[in-house]
Amino acid sequence: MGDVTLAGIAPDLWKALLETGLMVVVSMSAALLLGLPAGFLLFLTRRGMLIENRPLNILGGLAVNFVRSLPFVILLILVLPISKAVTGRTTGPVAASVPLAIASVAFFARLVEGALAEVGSGVIEAARALGADNWLIIHQVLLPEALAGLVRGYTITAISLIGYSAMAGVVGGGGIGFLAINYGYYRYETGVMFITVIVLILLVQATQWGGDWAAKRFEHRK
Amino acid sequence: MGFRPMRLLSEPGPARGLWMLELKDITVRFQGHGHDIAAVQGVSLKVAAGEVYGIIGTSGAGKSTLLRTINLLQRPDSGQVWVRGGEVTWLEGEALRQLRLKIGMVFQHFELVGSRSIFDNIALPLRAAKLPEARIRERVAELLDLVELKDKERALPGQLSGGQKQRVGIARALANQPDLLLCDEPTSALDLETTESILDLLGDINRRLGLTIVVISHEMAVIKRICHRVAVMKDGKVVEENGVYEIFSSPQHPLSQELVEKSLGLALPQRVVDKVKGTIVRLVHLGDEAEEPVLAETVKATGAHLNLLHGRIEYVGGRPIGVLVVELTGGKRKIEEALAYLRSRVARVEVIRHG
Repeated sequence: MGDVTLAGIAPDLWKALLETGLMVVVSMSAALLLGLPAGFLLFLTRRGMLIENRPLNILGGLAVNFVRSLPFVILLILVLPISKAVTGRTTGPVAASVPLAIASVAFFARLVEGALAEVGSGVIEAARALGADNWLIIHQVLLPEALAGLVRGYTITAISLIGYSAMAGVVGGGGIGFLAINYGYYRYETGVMFITVIVLILLVQATQWGGDWAAKRFEHRK
Repeated sequence: MGFRPMRLLSEPGPARGLWMLELKDITVRFQGHGHDIAAVQGVSLKVAAGEVYGIIGTSGAGKSTLLRTINLLQRPDSGQVWVRGGEVTWLEGEALRQLRLKIGMVFQHFELVGSRSIFDNIALPLRAAKLPEARIRERVAELLDLVELKDKERALPGQLSGGQKQRVGIARALANQPDLLLCDEPTSALDLETTESILDLLGDINRRLGLTIVVISHEMAVIKRICHRVAVMKDGKVVEENGVYEIFSSPQHPLSQELVEKSLGLALPQRVVDKVKGTIVRLVHLGDEAEEPVLAETVKATGAHLNLLHGRIEYVGGRPIGVLVVELTGGKRKIEEALAYLRSRVARVEVIRHG
C-alpha cells in the first residue's frame, strides 16, 4: 500500500471525475439525439411496420452491428482520424468523446429498437385502424408505451459508457480510467487503484438506482 | 328483400337501401413455408346501412382476415372493397386515413394504450382527426357518458375490468362518429355476464345511432343476441349466408348445423340414447307453431306413445324456435302415423334413431 492518501490525490481525482463526466455527458447526449431516432428508424422500417423499408432496415442494422462487433479499444484507435478531424486532437477527454459517442449511439439504437418491439403490435394496429398518422402513433402510442423500456436502455447505455470511458483513459483519454492506469498500474499505487474502483462502483450504482427509479415512474402495466 | 333486417323495415332513414359495405370476390393469400395459404377465397358479401352483420366460423376460417380487409389493415390480393357506394380497395395515405377515421374498430383484446389515461385513449382518434383540444374534451365526456364510465377519465386501462376496457374500446371506436363499426371477436376475452352487457351496448348503439356493425365471432350466442344477418365461414369461404332466424331455424351447411346445435345445447346424453328403446325424433317448430300443443294432439290423433326427452324454446330476434327431442313407441304402424302427422304440423322432423 502506498504513501498516497485520499487527500493527496483529491485534486487529481476531482479532475478525473470531471473528465469522465464530460465524456459520459457528451456521448449520452449523442445517444439521445442520434441513437434514439436511429432506434426508432430501425424499428419503424421493419417488415409490416409504419414505414417499412427493407433496404434501409438492413443497412441500418448492418451499421449498428459493425460498430457493436468491434471491441471498444479497437474502435477507439480506428476512429482516431475522425476524432482528430472533429476535435483537432487525438488525446484527452474531448477527443475520446468521439468514439464514445459512436459506440453509445449504436448501443442505444439497438436497445431502443428492442424496447419498441416490446410494444404490442395490436395496439399499434389499433391506432392505425382508427386513423392515426405515423407521427401520432409515435408520440401517443410507441413513446409512452416504450418509455420505461427506453429509460432502462438508457441506463444500461450510461453504465456501459462509464466502463468504456475508463477504457478510453487507458489510451490517453483522461478520466477515472486514466487515473487508475497512471497511478495504480504504472506507479504501483494500489491505494489509488482501490479508490478509483470504489468511485466507479459508486458511479455505476448511482446510475442504476437513478435509472430504476425513473423507469418505475413510467411503468404503467397491469 | 329477404336480406333486410326485420326491425329496420319500419324505420325510415336517409341511409335505407344503401349498401354500407360490399366485398366483391375478396381473396387474401399468405406466404406459408414453401406454399401459399389462401386465408380468404373469393368472398363476396353486402351489408346494408343500419344492419348488424355477423360472420361466424371456427378459428382459422379467415374471419379476422376478411374483417381486416374492410378498413384495409389487410389489403386483398384480389377483389374489391366498396364502402358507402365507393371503391376503397386501393386508397393510400391521407385518403385511407380519412376512410379509417369513419370506420370504427373494436378488438378482442381491447388494444388500449396501457400507459395513457382513459381520456387519452378515447382522445386518440379525435387527435387523429385534428379536433381542437376543447372539442376533444367535450366529445370524450359524451363518449364516456355513452359507455357509462363517466368517473374513469383519469384511470389507466390496467385499473379497469375487462368489460370496462372493452367499453373504452367501444367509446374510442365511436369517437369520430363513424357509420360503420367493425368488431373483431369483441366479447371472446370476457366472461358470460360481461359479454351480454357489451353485446347489449352494441345493439343499443346500432338502434340509437343507426350504426352499421360487422361483428365476427366463433360463438353463435353472440350472433343470436345482436345480429340481423350472418355469414358462416369455413376454410376461407362463406358456406352459408342468411337471416339469423333462418340460420337458427333451418341451417343448411353441416357447419351451420353444428354451430346451431351447439348453441341450442340439444345434444342428448349417450346414457339416455342407450336407455331409450323407441324411435328418437327431433322436432323443430318455428314461429307460432312453437306455442301450439302439437304433442298432445299427435297422441290423440294417432294413439302412439310419446315421451319427451329434451326440449327448449329459443327466441331469436323475438321469434320463437322450439326444439324438442321425443321418443315414439306403440308399434311400427302407429309410429309411422305419428311421424306423418308431426310432419304436417311442425317445420322439421328428423329421425335421430329408429326404434
